[in-house]
Formats: sequence, C-alpha cells, structure tokens
Amino acid sequence: MTGPLLLEMRGITKIFPGVQALSEVDFDLQPGEVHALLGENGAGKSTLMRILFGVHQKDAGQILVNGQEVAIRNPHHAQQLGISMVHQELNLVASMNAAQNIALGREKYSLPGVIKWSAVYNEAQEHLARLGVDINMRVPVRHLSVAQQQMIEIAKALSWNAKVLVMDEPTSALTPHEIDQLFQLLNRLTTQGVGVVFISHRMEEIFSLAHRVTVLRDGRKVASWPVKEVGMNQLVQAMVGRSVNQLFPKVATERGGEAVRVEGLQRHHVLRNISFTAYQGEILGIAGLVGSGRTELARAIFGADPIDAGTIYIKGKPAPIRSPQQAIRRGLGFLTEDRKTQGLVLVMTMESNLALPVYDLLSRFGVIRREKRRQLAAETIERLKIRPPLPDRQARYFSGGNQQKVVLGKWLARETDILIFDEPTRGIDVGAKAEVHQLMNDLARAGKCVIMISSELPEILNMSDRILVMREGRLVAELSRQEASQELVMEYATGVRAPTGEMQP
Amino acid sequence: MTTENIEAPVRTETSGTSTLSWLGQLLARYGIVLAFLALCLVLSFLSPYFLTTKNLLNVLLQASINLVIAIGMTFVITSGGIDLSVGSIVAVAGMVMADVVSRDMGLGLAVFLALLVGTLCGWLNGMLITRLRLPPFIVTLGTMSMLRGVALIYNDGKPLYGLPQKDLKVISGDLASIPIPVIIALVVALLAHFVLRNTVIGEYTTAIGGNEETARLSGIDVRRFKVIIYSISGLMCGLAGVILTARLSAAEPIAGVMYELDAIAATVMGGTSLTGGEGTVFGTIIGALLMGVLRNGLNLLNIQSYYQQLVIGGVIVLAVAVDKLRKR
Repeated sequence: MTGPLLLEMRGITKIFPGVQALSEVDFDLQPGEVHALLGENGAGKSTLMRILFGVHQKDAGQILVNGQEVAIRNPHHAQQLGISMVHQELNLVASMNAAQNIALGREKYSLPGVIKWSAVYNEAQEHLARLGVDINMRVPVRHLSVAQQQMIEIAKALSWNAKVLVMDEPTSALTPHEIDQLFQLLNRLTTQGVGVVFISHRMEEIFSLAHRVTVLRDGRKVASWPVKEVGMNQLVQAMVGRSVNQLFPKVATERGGEAVRVEGLQRHHVLRNISFTAYQGEILGIAGLVGSGRTELARAIFGADPIDAGTIYIKGKPAPIRSPQQAIRRGLGFLTEDRKTQGLVLVMTMESNLALPVYDLLSRFGVIRREKRRQLAAETIERLKIRPPLPDRQARYFSGGNQQKVVLGKWLARETDILIFDEPTRGIDVGAKAEVHQLMNDLARAGKCVIMISSELPEILNMSDRILVMREGRLVAELSRQEASQELVMEYATGVRAPTGEMQP
Repeated sequence: MTTENIEAPVRTETSGTSTLSWLGQLLARYGIVLAFLALCLVLSFLSPYFLTTKNLLNVLLQASINLVIAIGMTFVITSGGIDLSVGSIVAVAGMVMADVVSRDMGLGLAVFLALLVGTLCGWLNGMLITRLRLPPFIVTLGTMSMLRGVALIYNDGKPLYGLPQKDLKVISGDLASIPIPVIIALVVALLAHFVLRNTVIGEYTTAIGGNEETARLSGIDVRRFKVIIYSISGLMCGLAGVILTARLSAAEPIAGVMYELDAIAATVMGGTSLTGGEGTVFGTIIGALLMGVLRNGLNLLNIQSYYQQLVIGGVIVLAVAVDKLRKR
C-alpha cells in the first residue's frame, strides 16, 4: 500500500516520574489498514495510544495526521482530528440507551437546550446501520451484551467521523462468534478507508486480522513487519526478548480423592441443575461461551451469590456455603475474572492485599502481627516472582501480570485446597501466563484441586485433565483430555451438538 | 476517561528522585502539616496573644470535641461511608448523661450509659445500612433527624441544666494545668491510630472502603464490620456528648447542630479520601487542629462571625481542592 499516511508518530518519548515509559517510538498507519500493536504489559502500548488520544502529553516527538503536524491537547481534540479509541473497559453510560450514548455531548436541539429526539435516534440508526448491526436502541445499554455495547462504542467513535480507530483489547470479553462479527465489521470499515490500530494479546487474532504488526518492549519499538512475513515464534520472541518454547506446559498428575461434588445446583435463570465432581490433584477445565454461566457457577460454589437449590459436598461431606467467608473456611479459594474490581484493593499495598484472606492467621486478639505479615509477603514475592518486589507499593502501580500474581498469592497464602480460577490469564503477557500455568501445574501436583474457567480454548485444552462444557446455564458435556478438541468443545458450547447422554436434563 | 487503568510503568526506585519530586512528595505527605504550621506562623505575627499558653490550651480545648467526633468519622469515611447523624447522637448522649447525673445515680453510671446510648445509635445506623442495603448518606440523614427528635422529646424540648459542677470537674477540669478533655481526646486519638493501623478492624475498614467486593470475596464479613465501624462512630459521639455536657454542666437538645460539618471537614482536610480506602488518624488530628486554630485566629483578629462562616467554608473547599490536585 502507498499513498499519504493517515497517521504518523515519530520519535515519541514519554517520561513518567522515575520511569522512561517510551523512548523514541515510531508508529504509522495507512488508510484501510489494520496495524497491530503488540507487547507485554508495561511495554508502553497503552501509553503510546494515550498520547495519541491526548490523555497524556508527549515529552518529545511529532504526531502527524494526514501529513499535518498536530499537538493533541485532550481526547476531545483527538476526536475532532478523527482519532477515536475504544477502550478495554467500555465507556458508556449504563443507564442510557444506545442512541443517547452515541449522541452524548453532541445532541441536536430543536429549541435552545431542548433535545430533538427524532434526530438523535435517526442518526444513531444510521451509524449502527453503517456497521451492519441491529441493536435495540430503546433499552438501557446495561441490558445489552458486552459485544453489543462494544458495537455501540464503535458506532459512537465513527459518529465523530473517525479515520483512525484504536481498539484496545477489544476481544477479551467476546465469544468466538462475536469476535468473528467484530472482525467482519472492522474489515468493512477498512474498505471505507478507516485505519485501525489493534491491540491484542491473542496471536491468532493478529494473524487473521492485521496487515502489519509492530512490537514494543520496555518502551521501545523492537520491530515492525507485514504480517505475511512473520511467524508466531518470531513475534513472541520479539515481545519477551527470549523464546518461550512451551506456552502450555502440561504436567501429568495423579488424580486423588473427591474434592468438591456439586449436586443439582440451581440459580434462577442462571444455573440449571448442575452436578459434577472435581478431584484432588486435577485441573478441571470449564469451557463455554461468555454468559453460559461459568462465572456464576464459580460464584455460587464460593458463596458469593445465593443459590435456590442444590448441595455442595467438600471432601465427601455436605458443606452448606452461604458466604465467601464460609467457603474460605472450608478450604476454597476463588481467583475472580476481574482482578481490578474483584481481586484487589488497588489503593492498598501489595502486602495488605496478600494478607487480606489470612488475617485470622496473621493476628492475635485482633492486632496484626506485622513481622509475620512481612514474612508472608516476602515468601509470596519470592515464590511468584512478583516484580518489582516492593511489598509497600500500592497494588494499582503493578502491571497486569504482576497484579494477577498478587491475587494468586492471596490464595496461596491461605493454603487453599480447592482453587477456582476464573480467566486466570486474561490480559496478561506471555511470560506471566507461562508462570501462572506453571503454578497451576504445581498446585495440581501437590494434590490441590484446580477448577479453571477460560475462554481461551488452547488454554482449556492444554491445561485441563478433564473439561466440562457449559451452555445457557447447563452442563452440556464432560470430555476427557484425550477426546477433547477445539471443534468438539465449540460444538457443545454453541449447541451445534446435543448434550451428552447423562448430561441431558 | 478513566485514569485508573494507566498501564503501570515500572518505577525504578533508584532513578528520578530529583529535588522537585522530593519536594512534591514531602508536600503530598505533609502538605496539611505545612499548611497548619504556616497558619500558626501567620497568626503569631498578626496577634501577640496567639502563641500564649493560655490561648493554645484554649484552642486545644475547643478542638477536642470535634477531634473526638472526627476520629469516628475517619473510620466511617475510610470505609467508604459517611455519618451525618453525629451531631444528633452527641445531643442524645448528652441528654442521657445529664439526666442520670441529675438523678444522683453517679457519674460513672452516667458516663457509661451515655457511651452505651451513643454506641447503640451508631449500631442502629450500621444495621439500617447493612440490613436494608441503603446508602449511608440516606440512612444517617434520616437518623440525624430522628435522633434530634429523640433528644427534643427526651425533656420536652427543654435543656437539662444546673448539674453539680464539682462532680463534673473529673471530666471538664484540668490535670497538671492541661484541660482533661484535651487529654481524653489525645488518648483516644492514639488508641484510634493504633486500631486503624495495627488491627484487623482497621485493615478491614480500609479494605472495605478501597473495594467492598474484593473485601467480601476475600472472606471478610463486610456487614459485620460496617456495623462495628458505625458503632465506633456512635461511641465517639457519645464521648463527645459526655465532654460537652461536663463542660457546660448542662445538656441541650439542640446541641451539636452542624457538628457533622466540622468533623467531615477535619477528616477530609486530614487526607482521608471521600471515596474510601485511604485515611489516617494522624491526618485527622491535624485537620481538627487546623479547624480549631482557624476559628481561634478569626476570633483573635476580631472578624465578625458572619465572615468567619464564609472563610471557614472557603478554606474547607480550598483544602480539598489542593488535596485533589496533588494526588494527580
């Protein structure tokens, strides 16, 4: 492709207090191109995009939009220049509907200050139609799926006449089917001349969608290739600066006695008559589409949500669990899917976060034994290689991978026998991912029961000893490691294949 | 725009500590202390009377009641809540104390009952908030009115006065020429500092305020600890009611009106985050002293009370605005 560049960033440098976040990074984008931006957490991808979007100001370098040098003052200014960004965390007003969200801040008036609703709805309809999506515009967006909300965000971005669309990990909360739809939509946009900057940790997506890929590491541009001329190993190596041979090392373990047995678990509209058993010394994978009830199942077992019916047995004994507190007392641990909103107290120190579920062991008469807590932190940092190894640093300042290690550390400190991991490697980089997998293997080998929920099929297939598949609140299949394949799991998850015999309602 | 999900840069501890950022850190941590010292310095130039022992002890005495309430408020705000009912609890506790004293049932019993009633009022707040799942703002706004009603009904709207001053000297008198209320407030402050920093209650208070869902999923009985936190605030208000009644030798049902303003102001100026998760008792002590010195200074400078209101309100807004700026 040749022609004028939509966007050119030259020699971008950014220094935060005490850190060189970006050093002389070059990045450009052609019309109709999908340019993937790749790098581990902390490599500087988000910082670079925030500078482009006017959230941060660059310390050195130039930004050219359509060949004109610009100084992007703030996100509003960026949007006026035709640059839009769809964040990983969606920025919609949950209580307002699609049309209201798309028009927000630029509503048409009939009289001064009086909103002309017909125009608001007509324009929203136009933008959504341009994307080829059909969304109920009259309901608050919180009732819509994440995928639909994302479509609304994209429509909103395009309503500014965006020529540059930055997508920050847009697929992390989508089902495979929704990802397909998103990719079709992005392809349609590129034919209209829009350039897309695509940030993702998922290699296969980059190969199926992007034209070019640029890799950042430690705030520097390491390499840039046309996607056709590069292989996955090369990319991973560029990202981590070393080769990661085994992304999913699986270690054989011996299955022990019964750890958790669930019988007839029911929760209105969410969980329907679920029964299964998980054993000590195994990794039990739970697959299914987003919204199939996997997280709800985990929360129900952990006592985080009330259940309508059903019994939970721990090591063969009935164990009524009505709160996380009771679950923890019975030896359960729950690594939540969203570490920022459910796993960490971001404003507290790493050490305090690690100690949170263990204070009964770290205190005497309610007084915290600080030296014991410090010792626990030091051990966990050592064991999980948390970086930087600073226990007094607030959790919010750690990178995604290290935050995830802190959440893991909470449950290791508890020496929990049964661990439920909900999307344990979502949004963390390759290196940290391998470490988390290693740890799960170690736990299983030590006789712990690991239940792993994941939307990444390769992860499920490679890590699990057994796989349960969920669909619409039901268990639809149980597959052994040997018989499972991506296709088979997806067929059960999407309902293409009917539930296996004993799983039928 | 969210600023929360900035991809956390790895701060190297060795580099980048220039003089400017060092100064910035000092200001960030001790800004309120510096502001307090600056105010004292200015006042000592403007009024020769300001730095006298008598005046300083007077400032401490005036600040002691607000400090006691603000300590309870620090726990509540750190947990992500708010307690608007503090002034009304002070009045109820004061009425109970005065009533028991006037019936000659002994000062010990009077203090105990006043503290108990204060704690129960806080417990009620906590129960309403956790069992009915209502926002603390609404619950304590309601109990602010309800408990004011109780204080008024107690003696048909009339104050209870003419208490035996001699007996009350145990609370309102001096010890080694330091007013006992000041000593009480400081002891309570030290205790509270310990509780917030070194006990499980304090740690859970911070965790609940920082992220309630995380706290719950970490096995913390959030409802129970919230009830404890509001009970602590109630207990502190009971204590404030005791001190106030002892000093005045009387209890008024309309005592403590607008006390929530001063307590919240002292807490927030002391660096406790209104969104929860961050708070120190040390900061609140400085905040309460700052409020006390400010009122005292305005009096010494003969500024009319109408203007005092204007200045104090302005300083509160300014202090929080500066605090917000430095946290960027």
